[in-house]
Amino acid sequence: MHAIQMRGITKRFGPVVANDHINFDLEQGEIHALLGENGAGKTTLMRILYGLYHADEGEIRVDGEVVHIASPKDAIRLGIGMVTQHFALVPTLSVAENVVLGYTDGFRVEPQAAQQRVAEAAARFGIEVDPAALVRHLSVGERQRVEILKALYRNARILILDEPTAVLVPQEVEVLFETLERLRQGGLSVIFISHKLYEVMTVCDRITVLRDGRVVGTVDKEATSQAELARMMVGRETFGVTRQDGRPQGPVLLRIENLSALDQKGLPALKEVTLEVRAGEILGVAGVSGNGQTELSHVLAGTLKPTEGRVLVGNEDLTGADPARISAAGVGRIPEDRHEGVIGELSVAENLALEYLDEFVKGGRLDHRRIRQHAERLIAEYQIKASPTDRTRTLSGGNMQKVILARALSRNPRVVIASQPTRGLDVGATEYVRSKLLEQRDRGAAVLLLSEDLDEVLALSDRIAVIYEGRIVDVLPASEADVEQLGLMMSGAREGTSARV
Amino acid sequence: MLGFKIERAAAPIWMRSLIPVIAILVTFILTATLVIMAGANPLEAYRYFLIAPLSSQVSALEVLVKSTPLLLTGASVAFAFAAGYWNIGSEGQLYAGAIAAAWLGIILEGVPSVVAIPLMLVGGFAAGVLWALPPALLKVKLAVDEVVTTLLLNSVILFIVSALLNGPWRDPVSGWPQSPEIAASTVFPRLIPRSRLHLGFIVALLTIAALWFILSRTALGLKMRAAGLGQEAARFAGVNVENTILTAALVSGGIAGLAGVGEVAGIHFHLIEAISPGYGYTGIIIATLGGLHAVGVGLAAIFIGLIDTGAQTVSRALGVPVYLGDVVQATLLLVTLGLFILQNYRIKRA
Ligand SMILES: Nc1ncnc2c1ncn2[C@@H]1O[C@H](COP(=O)(O)OP(=O)(O)O)[C@@H](O)[C@H]1O
Ligand SMILES: [Mg+2]
Repeated sequence: MHAIQMRGITKRFGPVVANDHINFDLEQGEIHALLGENGAGKTTLMRILYGLYHADEGEIRVDGEVVHIASPKDAIRLGIGMVTQHFALVPTLSVAENVVLGYTDGFRVEPQAAQQRVAEAAARFGIEVDPAALVRHLSVGERQRVEILKALYRNARILILDEPTAVLVPQEVEVLFETLERLRQGGLSVIFISHKLYEVMTVCDRITVLRDGRVVGTVDKEATSQAELARMMVGRETFGVTRQDGRPQGPVLLRIENLSALDQKGLPALKEVTLEVRAGEILGVAGVSGNGQTELSHVLAGTLKPTEGRVLVGNEDLTGADPARISAAGVGRIPEDRHEGVIGELSVAENLALEYLDEFVKGGRLDHRRIRQHAERLIAEYQIKASPTDRTRTLSGGNMQKVILARALSRNPRVVIASQPTRGLDVGATEYVRSKLLEQRDRGAAVLLLSEDLDEVLALSDRIAVIYEGRIVDVLPASEADVEQLGLMMSGAREGTSARV
Repeated sequence: MLGFKIERAAAPIWMRSLIPVIAILVTFILTATLVIMAGANPLEAYRYFLIAPLSSQVSALEVLVKSTPLLLTGASVAFAFAAGYWNIGSEGQLYAGAIAAAWLGIILEGVPSVVAIPLMLVGGFAAGVLWALPPALLKVKLAVDEVVTTLLLNSVILFIVSALLNGPWRDPVSGWPQSPEIAASTVFPRLIPRSRLHLGFIVALLTIAALWFILSRTALGLKMRAAGLGQEAARFAGVNVENTILTAALVSGGIAGLAGVGEVAGIHFHLIEAISPGYGYTGIIIATLGGLHAVGVGLAAIFIGLIDTGAQTVSRALGVPVYLGDVVQATLLLVTLGLFILQNYRIKRA
């Protein structure tokens, strides 16, 4: 018996096809995983089911009947509930008030009666929360339980959870899994979005794998393995590039020792990372987003202070150094987010000069002529389609990235830190950026490439490190890299990985 | 569905430069009702507001007198805002400068003007810097919101002034809550005989020129603009954002201090509680209206000076309350801010 059938669902965002003729079935009383890399289209598909987006093509059936879901109101009426990646709770209200909010008959909310009913519902569904507690006093795990209770309270028979474990600590994950299993036995159908293999294998009955907006396949848990899922998820046969092995290796130029750092929320995000990059090589760091790459690049760029460990460039200790010192030490940095690198309201010429401002001062004044000449030279050399006086925010993504590239690479840095250097770029710009990185390598720079795009890591790297939950799982020569193995390590598979150095 | 959608897109350059003009027109349309309710003909009123003050030399010079502190507080606010430091404390920093001027004006008795007047300016600037220092340090060291701290310090210094004037500084001659008159050698010379226009106006113009020079021609200015327009990216590029903001905050305080010196040494010759009818706050309007640009700030300050002078003429000629001038100013600020936000959007047929 199908609770949900989605047929031929297609959704485009401009040129991006986020969902490409997707077929997806959810059976009554199953936990069904939606597995795929970042950007595979999982969230989009579920937002369509919940009425937040509207499909360009395709139909949705609930209990066999074709339905039109125009808004979450319709979805809720059909018994569909969704817990999104970002919670929609009012922190200053109590749990009970949050649960009944927007789902009471009258205008007034009777606090006592609401608490009573919410307490009953919590007991019935076996969800442990205190209805009287204020949401702002709750942990992330507790807030998530409130969201689940909110959906169930609205009589959801089908529950969508979008990457529910991304925000949880391991103990909370255990609790969540127990809750889900109990709810399933009570007849609830669950769609569980994740890109973590072992979680999917732990809690789900069936798994549908998405890649680049298409369904790769649906498999039973019993009939598959983490290795097969990794292959389906990553899905590449060849690397697409032939690399000549045994290129000469220079001395170690970038040395990262036992580096640890906290994320914005103050939680450990980088845990005792140790890496070495030699002159004339590209070390690629592969990983699913949110596994510490951001913090690693911020520490290396000088915008985040590490809590432990050391960073050495050549013999110079740059641990905790500020961006100016790091730049002066010969480190070219390409930030993860372009808007972290350039200031949209300043001109192209100003942005290009900003990192080396001292060189453009003459007698206490800015030498505008030199700033302009400098910009003209780099614009020509890096084929930037802009004039020096253009405001940088008017540039296309590719040209903005070239501005950053020009600033970072024009002084022949010893070490290059490139974070997601081609994210969001079109094919031409992507090619250009990659060729520039290879040029730096050939020139003898030590290049550290952080990328979520496994193809990119495979195409460019001499050695590949895999990062998972802030730790380096393994470092291996690119010639030995095996997509399946990498996929497993990136998704935190707990089998088949051997720690090598 | 609505059939229209709103998207982010910057307005073309020509439209941006028209914003002040549009703002003024919209403001006059909005306030016309109030003028009518006050029993006057709006067109007549706006003629008094805008034209009458310029029709005689005496009142035209009075416009410049009124503009003098406004040029300085406008420059003060613009300097801080350009670096993304929201200094709401120019009012208080002006009072700090005024206190210093009142004090120096007494103790410099007998010192020749060529020495005394520069000392007055330096002292007033230093006092403004000093009063701006605590919130600036709190901001860069502990990330305490400067909007709150600078604003609160404005009331604090008013109490200090009140305590001084009702206590140790009370004028022994008149017994009024005002400080003793400053020495003749510390009084700012008049620029034009039989007008109140004083040296402070030149200081204000030089300050506006300095504002332009620093923001557009020096490394500090570029760093300030970088920090103000994109703090993260500025930091990434190696700008010492904390030092830059600190510098901007302190210089901003110093400029406001100069405004206080001008009012004491050029207009009142002693410290009174009402030395500023909110010049510091008006500076925020001026800086915003002027787009944080030196030329814009200069024009906006003179424009507001004109309306201020005009408000008195209007009330005298048409019998409407002087407060109408304040209402026009406040409306102008709101409309300008609204336009600055709206210019980033456009409405499209969906
Ligand atoms: N609102 C949107 N506007 C434009 N593009 C979007 C939007 N939402 C998603 N996309 C794009 O659609 C693709 C799929 O995204 P998403 O469904 O969020 O993937 P997933 O949840 O699997 O990580 C991505 O390329 C993403 O950039
Ligand atoms: Mg998603």
